[in-house]
Formats: sequence, C-alpha cells, structure tokens
Amino acid sequence: MWRVGTVVALHDETATARTIALEVLDWAGHVAGQHVDVRLTASDGYSAVRSYSIASAPNAEKRVELTVERLPNGEVSPYLTQELAVGDRLELRGPIGGWFVWRTQQTEPIQLIAGGSGIVPLMAMIRSRASTGSAAPFRLLYSVREPGAVFYRDDLQTLSDRENKVSLTYAYTRVAPKDWPRPPGRIDAGLIADATWPSNRTPTCFVCGPTSFVEAATDLLIASGHGRDKIRTERFGPTGDRK
Amino acid sequence: MGIISRGFSGRRSATDAKLPPGQYLTTDFPVLSAGPTPHVPLDQWEFVIDDGTNVLRRWDWKSFRDLPTETFTVDLHCVTRWSKLGTSWEGVSVDTMLADVKTDASYALARSYGDYTTNLPLKDLRNGQAWIAFRFDNKDLAPEHGGPARLLVPHLYLWKSAKWVKGLTLMSHDKPGFWESLGYHIYGDPWREQRYSGDE
Repeated sequence: MWRVGTVVALHDETATARTIALEVLDWAGHVAGQHVDVRLTASDGYSAVRSYSIASAPNAEKRVELTVERLPNGEVSPYLTQELAVGDRLELRGPIGGWFVWRTQQTEPIQLIAGGSGIVPLMAMIRSRASTGSAAPFRLLYSVREPGAVFYRDDLQTLSDRENKVSLTYAYTRVAPKDWPRPPGRIDAGLIADATWPSNRTPTCFVCGPTSFVEAATDLLIASGHGRDKIRTERFGPTGDRK
Repeated sequence: MGIISRGFSGRRSATDAKLPPGQYLTTDFPVLSAGPTPHVPLDQWEFVIDDGTNVLRRWDWKSFRDLPTETFTVDLHCVTRWSKLGTSWEGVSVDTMLADVKTDASYALARSYGDYTTNLPLKDLRNGQAWIAFRFDNKDLAPEHGGPARLLVPHLYLWKSAKWVKGLTLMSHDKPGFWESLGYHIYGDPWREQRYSGDE
C-alpha cells in the first residue's frame, strides 16, 4: 500500500545530502532502523522506486524524515535532493524491515558503527533512545571522508554533550580537522579498541555503510571477540542507491 | 498510476522491457547481507541434505566438486530493486544433488553458515531451476557474494539464493526462513512483484 507524504521541510546535511521531512497522515509508526520505499512517477506513468532509511525517531506527529545522498548517476536521488520542494507530495511504502532495528525495550549496550551515509538508520536509533529517555548505553563510531561530510553534526553534538550521553567518536578517512589526534585513515584495530564497547560488555552491534566498510568493520569486531550473532549489518553497494 | 512527481522524467532504457516490474538495471554486483560475512575454509565445508531428523546425503568439498557441474547464464533480481542481467556461473544442479534422495517433501529450507535460512517449494529447486554455485564470472565465488558456494535460484528474488549455503532440510509443510519471518514475501516471484508479506 502506497501512502502519501507531504514535504514539510528540507534541510541540507552536506553539499550532496538532504534531509526531507514528510508529514504522512496515515503513518502507522515505525521502529528505528527501518526504511521506506519511495516512488516517483513521471507524467507518462513511468515510475522508479528506491529505498531510503528513516532518520527520525518514532513520533506522534506523523512525521517521517529521510536523508538522501545524491549519487552522481542516480535516477531518483538527484530528483529528491535537487528538485523536490516543500509542499510537494511523495509516495511511500513502509516502514520495511524487522532485523536492522533498535527497539526501545532493549537495555543492553549498543555499539553503532557508521560509514558515510550509513549513519542514517543509526541516527534514528540515537534519536529514538533520546526521545524515550532510554538509559541503554550507546556508543557511536562514525567514519567519514572529511569534516564537511558529517550528517547531523549539531544534533549529534547535543546528544553527546548532555547527561546520559551517547559516546561519540569521529574517524576521518581523507581529511581530519586541524590538531585531530588521529591521522586520517580507515578504521583499524586500535580505533576499535579505543572507541567501542569491549566484547565482554556483549553489546549488540549495528554496522551500516558501503560494503567494503561493513566487511572491514565486522571483521575487526569479530577479531576483537564480539560474537557473530551480536552483529547486525546493513550494506549498500556501489549502485545500491539505498541511502 | 501514482501521484505525478512534478518535474520527474526518469531514465528509461531499451533493456527495461526485460526487467520485472519495479526493478532497475545495474552493472555492478551490490552486496546485501544481514550480518558478518562467514569465511568458511574448504576443509571444513560440508553440504547436508536432511529431512529434519535424519541426514539423507552429505558431501565434503572434494566429493561435492567431484559431482558433474554446469555453466549457466542467468538474470538476477534483488528485492532492493536492482537487477543484473546475463551473469555467468558454474555450479552443481540441485537436481544432481537430489537425484538419489527419496522424499515426499513439498518444501525445503536452505540453511547457511552464519545461520541464515530461506524457504522454497521443493519444485522450485528441481528441473534445472537451481544450482549450488561456486564460480562467478570464471572466478571462485568471493566470500561477500556467498563463497565458497551459494544456492542460486534465479527465477525468485535473490534473497532466496542463500549465500554460504550448507544444506537443505526437506519439509512436508512450508516454514518461513529469515527474511520471510521479517516481513518479506513467503515465495518471492519478481515477475509478480512479491516483495513483502501482503503482496499477492
């Protein structure tokens, strides 16, 4: 069943990524980590559908936020990040997915590891934790190309500053801010040891990003003693056009 | 027809006619998995056909690789909407693996290293429709794509083609596997667009 959402706000996260806030009057609610299918239809009836993760926490306002990264040769993401305007209507189906989700009843430590736009479903988990006052211990390791590629910077700052905070570590792969303690580079065993829950806390781990990133991060987690059954992944390939 | 998206024209190509509804063409091979990639050493690999109680057939890697193989070229359709056409594989037909198995079962649950499962009618695994594939594009199948060996059932959405497959459990009644228990369709025919539970 396709639902209709009306664009109520647009916000650029980076030069290539935009958050689209939709009001969906018949929205039945969602769980942090789920995604939706978005359908665009041309005037001759041709349509194209892609999946996008939900960035917002479940809420009572029938509001759903998606963050879309523009892919250079994408069919749908350029439209969503450049053409779509406030007041436009968009068709969605969902929420979809029951595996890569964090439910507010979960009390165990949570380790989030994001590569690039893989932050989107993890942000929904962080926001869901904050909005329900959950005390589940959260850590986020967020790997990005450069400071300008960070999504949700202000929100993350706020949520990691306050009491009952989310512990936040940025890892830069190409360019780091001046005086940053760690030189730019991919995540490695040292960073996993410093910035993530030790395996004896038996956290549930959520890893989201490009395939090569997810492969590297999960291999590092397993090497440091985390159980395979505690690691949940969401990957997008070169043209997965997922996020 | 849906709501017209103001200013959207889309990108169509001549190949769209060959694609199931709602799919788009990709030339890459995206990876989608629910958990870490298992790395299964060949000397520990085995493939077992059972009926839920008794082992009916068992192969280690060597005896599996002694089975006659087929090369085949098929189109892949992922429920996340990408399709990849004309992929070439080598594998053992599931017909070959079931040849000496006497069973009244109507369904099978494919089981994988990493504990993934997916269910299919047994008839969808027979008659040249399914393989245990171990080479893709003339190369050994990479772990992230399901190596050492994966099930390949190309006429259904790709989540039915279990990566890292280690066996089949034959069943008299259908039983949902991993994604089928998490909101995805019990059968998954791309031409009927059976993506999610509730789709006809």
